[in-house]
Amino acid sequence: MDFSFTEEQNLLRNSVQKFVQNAYDFETRRKVSKSDAGWRKEIYGQLAEMGLLGVAVPEDFGGLGGSAVDSMIIAEEFGRALVIEPWLNNAVIATGFLKAAGSNAQKEELLGGIAAGETIFAFAYAEPQGRFNLADLTTTATKSGDGYVLNGTKAVVLGAPFANKLIVSARTSGGQRDADGVTLFVVDKSAKGVSTRDYPTVDGNRASEVSFDNVSVGADAVIGEVGKALPVIELVSDQAIAALTAEATGAMKVLNDTTIEYAKTRKQFGTPIGKFQVLQHRMVDMFMNYEQSVSIAYMVTLKLEEEAAERKKAASAAKVQIGKAGRFIGQSAVQIHGGMGMTDELNVGHYFKRLTMIDTLFGNVDHHLKRYASLS
Amino acid sequence: MDINFTPEDEAFRAEVRDFIEKNQPQHLKGVRRGEYRNKEDFLVWHRILYKKGWLVPSWPAPYGTNWTPTQKYIWNEENARAETPALLPFGLSMVGPVIYTFGTEEQKAKYIPGILSGDVWWCQGYSEPGAGSDLASLKTTAVREGDHYIVNGQKTWTTLAQFADWIFVLARTDKNAKAQEGISFLLVDMKTPGITVKPIITMDGGHEVNEVWFDNVKVPVENRIHEENKGWTCAKFLLSHERAGIAGVARSKRAISRLKDMLAMEVVDGEKLIDDPDFERKIAELEIDLTALEYTELRTLASEQSGKGPGLESSILKVKGTEIQQRITELVMEGVGYYSLPYSDPLAHNEFAPGPAYAEGTTQNYANMRKTSIYGGSNEIQRNIIAKMVLGL
Repeated sequence: MDFSFTEEQNLLRNSVQKFVQNAYDFETRRKVSKSDAGWRKEIYGQLAEMGLLGVAVPEDFGGLGGSAVDSMIIAEEFGRALVIEPWLNNAVIATGFLKAAGSNAQKEELLGGIAAGETIFAFAYAEPQGRFNLADLTTTATKSGDGYVLNGTKAVVLGAPFANKLIVSARTSGGQRDADGVTLFVVDKSAKGVSTRDYPTVDGNRASEVSFDNVSVGADAVIGEVGKALPVIELVSDQAIAALTAEATGAMKVLNDTTIEYAKTRKQFGTPIGKFQVLQHRMVDMFMNYEQSVSIAYMVTLKLEEEAAERKKAASAAKVQIGKAGRFIGQSAVQIHGGMGMTDELNVGHYFKRLTMIDTLFGNVDHHLKRYASLS
Repeated sequence: MDINFTPEDEAFRAEVRDFIEKNQPQHLKGVRRGEYRNKEDFLVWHRILYKKGWLVPSWPAPYGTNWTPTQKYIWNEENARAETPALLPFGLSMVGPVIYTFGTEEQKAKYIPGILSGDVWWCQGYSEPGAGSDLASLKTTAVREGDHYIVNGQKTWTTLAQFADWIFVLARTDKNAKAQEGISFLLVDMKTPGITVKPIITMDGGHEVNEVWFDNVKVPVENRIHEENKGWTCAKFLLSHERAGIAGVARSKRAISRLKDMLAMEVVDGEKLIDDPDFERKIAELEIDLTALEYTELRTLASEQSGKGPGLESSILKVKGTEIQQRITELVMEGVGYYSLPYSDPLAHNEFAPGPAYAEGTTQNYANMRKTSIYGGSNEIQRNIIAKMVLGL
């Protein structure tokens, strides 16, 4: 048994840390998130140059060919810096789909562009009626000649304003919630019939409502097998959950460190508030919640290659743990900071909001408790 | 012991319901305060009630009504049910009671009419950057110079000071006395030279609180309430009044009913989310907590009626009331799923808002409501009060 990182992994962490320290101080992040663009394309380009976008892309296709542990390290450091740029959408999700189910032609065409930061994906899967059920789809793809015609609306497509391509889940057959009949498509965001309405999200990121109105795509737009995409979507969602778990631990660590530091310096009743036992115990609970989350981040990362049932249980367990821990740590950090924790000025509220949002992504605590129970 | 309503109570309920239906400002029904468009939105319901004579049921004669505790309870219920705007507490529940309790006849004549008419907007100058939970460590000074005090210092978390005409301030008038003993309670015109208001934006994007700076602000000695250095008596009196209203039982009931309406519209796997066993259990727990709190509040009201005044039990109301308010916002946010993610600019009213209307701003409201366990004496402080004053620990 060994939980240590390799020399290369330590170097990777150091270089990511250095990068975010230089390029991602909190004030810059705040300005960028409120700017018209909402992100920095040049920063995204630098992620590509550092190889971070292609971390999971095989070397043959222009990437680093890294492991899930490498991605975990990057996600954790990005969580500490509240990175906005769509690393998860591309280095984990789009790459994950192409590796798991893409044709050789698709890999050739797209993976290199992802690694280079030129092809930028968003994943359009959620629908208003679907809640967290990945198979609950009203978006349809109807066979037309050699290709398909897509119709429907996707909700809260994160990072879509930054993207030039979309991966879209749509129903090619079966009933609205059937496991069979789900198909994945690559769609150009600029394709005729695709329309988007962009808006900010509470964590300082951006999303879009995306509509498909008779959007024609060729047969080569299908990722994987027609009608058999659900297991692939579950796999890649679990990979995304593993990365989000690591990201959450990074955010939790910042909140815990900041809170402890504040409790040591903030004085009330003539003494640092960190001397009050009731706050000490709360901070100890924050610490334990964080350590448990780190443990589960390692667990899920190491189990991503296991067979489906084992992997799903691991991902659901991780999502439950970080959902609960994220809420407890976020709320506690704000409470211990008092009024200051409520302000936009301090970073505490921003980490609080990101952790709150992470709980919803790819299913919240309730959803994953049920999923875990159904697999046990 | 009797919790049934009499026929007279029912008649009273019909009367107030009818009045509310006919008079409430429709454009503010169920609208969160952060979304109010202008100063008048905060005051319109206040002015209507003033005209009717129902503004301050809890004030003593000659100002208040002679309603029984049951009637006050019904009044609160009907307001919550109709989602009328919540009244601003700064005049009605804070400085008003201090003035009619500790003020001179001249002071009552000067300040009470403006509080009641709504023509004078008050704000609260209590907390300071270094004095939050430990309020008595405040550093703002008021130095006597002839007929005036010269006030210097900084207040913070001053709610809606951007609209205020007057501020009530706790300031140190004796630096050598023990913390609580050298404080005076002063009324200050916000137009006095030397006062600066700086906005504080909170993490939900709203502008509700402010810093208020005092730079050699001249305040007439006659603006002091109660004796010099006895301001802490007023401060404590005000804080216990503030806590009494803080339970918000009727409003929480209404919020839960809205939550249930919303859960009936949301679907999970084709079924109503409200029929989901997880949500059923969470809602049941919440309602049971609220029911217990409701009866705790009724017991407090009854004891107040028998002349004991809001006691230390008000700390229970504050802790449990705010925990329930926070829990409601948490469940609303969970209920709307992915549509809890969009950010809604509280000041841009016609902006594109994705998802159903009830989902708008739910995470921001959840974030905003974290303040309730911090303000009005943090919930840790309330527990300290109970430990010390009730349990004798």
